[in-house]
Amino acid sequence: MTILHEPEVVEPREIIISRRFSDKVFRAILVIGGLFAFVALSGIFGYLFITSLPVLQYAGISFFTDSFWYMGDTLLPSQGSIDPPQLGIFAMLWGSILISVLALSIAVPISMGLALAITHFFPKIVSRSLTFVVDLVAAVPSIIFGLWGAYTLTPHAELWAKWLNRNLGDVIPIFSVEFEYFGQSPFMAGIVLAIMIIPIITSVAREIYGSVPRDLITGAQALGASRWTMIRSVVIPFGKSGVVGGAMLGLGRALGETVAVFFVLNIVTGNVNWFNILESEGGSVASFIISRFGEASPLEVQALFGAGLALFVLTLVTNATATLIVNKARRRR
Amino acid sequence: MSKVQRGTRPWRSIDSTVLLQQLFVHLGTPILAMFVTINSGISGYSGFLLVWFFLHLVTASLLGKLGKKKKAVSDSVFEVLSSAAVLVFILFVLSVLQPVFQLGLENFQVHHLFEDAKDTGVDTSLDIGGLGHALLGTLLTVGLATLFSLPIGVLAALYVTEVRGILTPFVRFFVQAMSGVPSIIAGLFAYAVFIASGILTYSGFVAAIALSILMLPTVARTAEEVLKLVPDDLRSAALALGGTQWRSVRMVVLPAARSGLVTAAILGVARVIGETAPLLLTAFGNREYNLNPLEGPIATLPTYIFQQFLLGTENDVRRAWVAAFVLLVLVSIVFSIARLISSRFKQA
Amino acid sequence: MDEMDSISTYNEPATESVTTPRDEIIVTDKVPTAMEARNVNVWFNDHHVLENVNLIFPKNSVTALIGPSGCGKSSFIRTLNRMHELLPGAKLGGEVILDGEDIYAPGTDPVGIRLKVGMVFQKPNPFPSMSIGENVLSGLRLSRRKVSNKSDILEEALTNAGLWKEVKDRLNVSAGSLSGGQQQRLCIARSLVLNPDILLMDEPCSALDPGSTRKIEETMMELKESMTIIIVTHNMQQALRVSDYTAFFLAEDGNPGEVVESGLTVELFHNPRDSRTDDYVHGRFG
Repeated sequence: MTILHEPEVVEPREIIISRRFSDKVFRAILVIGGLFAFVALSGIFGYLFITSLPVLQYAGISFFTDSFWYMGDTLLPSQGSIDPPQLGIFAMLWGSILISVLALSIAVPISMGLALAITHFFPKIVSRSLTFVVDLVAAVPSIIFGLWGAYTLTPHAELWAKWLNRNLGDVIPIFSVEFEYFGQSPFMAGIVLAIMIIPIITSVAREIYGSVPRDLITGAQALGASRWTMIRSVVIPFGKSGVVGGAMLGLGRALGETVAVFFVLNIVTGNVNWFNILESEGGSVASFIISRFGEASPLEVQALFGAGLALFVLTLVTNATATLIVNKARRRR
Repeated sequence: MSKVQRGTRPWRSIDSTVLLQQLFVHLGTPILAMFVTINSGISGYSGFLLVWFFLHLVTASLLGKLGKKKKAVSDSVFEVLSSAAVLVFILFVLSVLQPVFQLGLENFQVHHLFEDAKDTGVDTSLDIGGLGHALLGTLLTVGLATLFSLPIGVLAALYVTEVRGILTPFVRFFVQAMSGVPSIIAGLFAYAVFIASGILTYSGFVAAIALSILMLPTVARTAEEVLKLVPDDLRSAALALGGTQWRSVRMVVLPAARSGLVTAAILGVARVIGETAPLLLTAFGNREYNLNPLEGPIATLPTYIFQQFLLGTENDVRRAWVAAFVLLVLVSIVFSIARLISSRFKQA
Repeated sequence: MDEMDSISTYNEPATESVTTPRDEIIVTDKVPTAMEARNVNVWFNDHHVLENVNLIFPKNSVTALIGPSGCGKSSFIRTLNRMHELLPGAKLGGEVILDGEDIYAPGTDPVGIRLKVGMVFQKPNPFPSMSIGENVLSGLRLSRRKVSNKSDILEEALTNAGLWKEVKDRLNVSAGSLSGGQQQRLCIARSLVLNPDILLMDEPCSALDPGSTRKIEETMMELKESMTIIIVTHNMQQALRVSDYTAFFLAEDGNPGEVVESGLTVELFHNPRDSRTDDYVHGRFG
C-alpha cells in the first residue's frame, strides 16, 4: 500500500536510548571495573612515590646514579642526623640490566631453535609434547628455580666459569675477573633467568613462526630452497618482530625476578660490576630489596620503596614496548 | 577387474643403507665423543656434551652430503643446532625437576601434610612436625586473592565485551600493563599501604591483596577471551525477548561462558600459587596454623621453602625440598585442571 | 486503533517509484494498522543504507519484504523493534509508529517496545545453557514477568509454534539436541510466550530444510489470526505462499536502498507497476 507522504530529505535524528535504571547502574559498575587496572597502577606508583619522597628528595638524583648503601644512624638530616645515610642504587639497577641481557642472549637463540623445531622440523606428536613441556615449565614457581640455582647449578657453573676464565679470560674481557672466586656471579644468575624466560619467548616465537603464510613457504620451496634456506630466508625474517616482542616480554620478566637469582648473586652495593659476568660481584634491584627488607629500619624501608619505584618504572616501560611490538606483529598476519 | 592399489609414498625411501648410515651417525658420534673426551683431558659431563655437539655437526653434514637426498650442509647444521637447543633445554629442565622429585620424595612423610612446625626447632628430624600450616596458608591466601580478583577481572572483561565503549582500548592497555608489575612491587605496595601504615600486621589478607594485583590481569584477559566466544546472536535473542542488558548478561551470557570463567579463575590461581617475594613482604611466615587472615603472620609454601633453605642445616634443607615437591605437585594439579576445563570448553 | 485508507485500485502505472506524490486520491476500505514506517532512513556512520521507506503494516496480516541481498531489508526490520541502535555507527531518520506513537520518541523505553514487537532471527539461537522448557519460558525471566500458569503458557506457545507434540516428553533436555527446524520453532515459541502484537521474522527459513520450512509457514498462517507478521525473505515462492502484502526493496548502483513498490502480494507479483519489480519477480535478476 502506498502512502501519500512527501518524501522529505531527512537528516539522521539522535536516537535517545532511555536505559532502565538497573542498566544504568550495571553499565556504571562495568566502567568502574574496567578502569580498575588503571586505578591500581596509578595507585601503586603514586603510593610508592609519596612514601619514598622524603628519602628521594634527600638523596636527589644520585639515588639513581650513585652506588652506595650506607644507612648511618637511620635518620635524615631533617630529623637531626649526625651520621646521615648515603644511598645510591645504580649498581643494583645496572646489575638487573646486566643479568637480564645476559639471560636474553642465552634464551633467545635457544627459544628460536625450540620454536623452529616445534613448528617446522619435528613431527606433530613430538611438537605437541614439546609444547606441553614448555608451557609446563612456564608454570614452575620461581623459588624452585632458586633452589636449583643454589643446589644443582652452582657446582657445574663454577666449573664452566673457571674454564671460561682460564681459557678465554685474557682474550674476551667479559670473562676476566679480579678475584678468582667463582661461587656466585651474574653469569649464574643469567643462566637461571634464561631457563625461566625461555618458555615465554618460545611461546611467542612459536605462535609467529607457526603463522607464516603458506604461500610464502611454498614459494621458496618451489624455487628449490632446502629446509634451512627456506627457514632462514622466509620464516625467520617474518617472525623477527614477534621474536623481538617476545624477547622484551622475557626481559620484563627477568628484570622483576627476585628469589630465583637471590641465591646465586653476591650483592655488592658500593661498586658497579659493568661487564665481568664471571666476577662474584653484582646484584639486582629485586633481590637487593628482599635481602635488606627483613631487618630494615623505617627509613631504609622508605628507601627500598624508592628502589622499588625505579624497578617499577623500568619494567613498565619494557612491558609497554613489548606489548606494542607483539601486537603489531600479531596484526600483521 | 584389477585390484585396487593402495596408495604409497614413493618419496619416502626407507632404504636399509640409509637407515644404517643414520644409526651409525646418531649412535656413533656420542661414543666417539666419549672417546675424545676421556683422552683429551676435557673434564666433566658438560665437556662431553660440547665435544659431542661439535662432532655431530661434522658427522651430520657428512651424512647429508653422502646420503640419498643430498642435503645441503646448512640444512644439517640447522638440524643439529635446532636439536641441540631442544636437548639443552630438556636437559636443564630435567636437572631442575630431578632434585625436587628425588630429594622431595625421599624425605616425604605423609604426616608432613597435616602437622605444623610448632614442635620443630632448627635442624629437627623430619619425623617431627610438617608443613601443613604452610600448605593451608597457601590455600587460604590464594583463595582470598581469587575472591578479590575474580569479580573485578570479570567486570573489566564485561566492559570490553558488553559495553564496548570508547574506553575499551584503555581498559585493555592498562590490564596488559598491569601484568608486567613485578611480584616484589606488588608485595611492596601491599606492605606500604596496609602494614607500614599500621592498619594491619603481617597477615593473610595483605598477602591476598598483593596476590590479587598479580592475578587480575590473567583473570581479566582469559575472561575477555571466553566472553568473546559467546556468539552475539545469543545477546540479540535475549534483548529481543525484552531483557535489559543486565538481565541478558546475567541469565544468558554469563551462564554460557561458565566453564570458561572457571578456567580464568584457575589460570589466575596457577599464576600466583608459587609466588614468593610478595609473600615474604606481607605474610612473613609462621610456625603454627593460622586460620585468621586478618591477624598475624601466616606461613605459605613458597616462603616456607625460602626460609627453610636459608637455615642451611641438613634437616631444614630437606624440609625445603619436601615443600618444593608438594608445591610442584600442587601447581601441576592446578595446571592440569585448567587445561582440562579449557579444552572441554573450546570443544563446546 | 489507527485507521488508514487503503488503496485498492489506481489509474495508471507510474514509471518512477510509487512513493512519489500523486494527484489522485483513492479512498476505499478502512483497514486497521498495526505499525507504520514514515520516511524511515538508515545510516551506518556516513553510509546511507536505506532511503525514505514508507510502509503500513495492517493488523492480522503477513507482510513480506523481498529484494536482492544487501538492500537494507534486515536493517529496516531492526528499526521496527529498536534493535537497530545496538549496532555500531547506527543512525536513523523518520519515525516508526506503534499504537499511535513514535517508538523513537525521547523517553520511550526500548525494552518495552521489544515486548510488543518480537523477533525471530535467521539462524536459530536457543540459549545453550537452558533446557527446552527453560528456553521457551526465558522471555518471562528476561522481562521479569510473573505468571502463575507456567506450564499452560509453555504448552500453548509450543503448540502454536507446532512443536508441542515433538518435545512434550523431553522438556528438560538441552535445546542443543533439536534439529535446525525444531530449534527455529523453539525460538518462535519463545517469542510467542510474550504475546507480542507484531512478530518480525528475518529470513527465518533460509537455514532450514524444505520440510521444516513448510511447517513454519503453516505456523505463520495460523499465527496471523492473533498477531501481525512481517517477514524478510529471499524466497519469492514463500512470499507468494504466506504473505498478504509485499514490499519490494532495491538498492541500485551504490545508491541507498528504497522501496520500489508495495501492495497486495497477488497484484505485486502478477501485475507489478514498476518494471524493476517485474524483472525481479520473474527472476531476471536476484
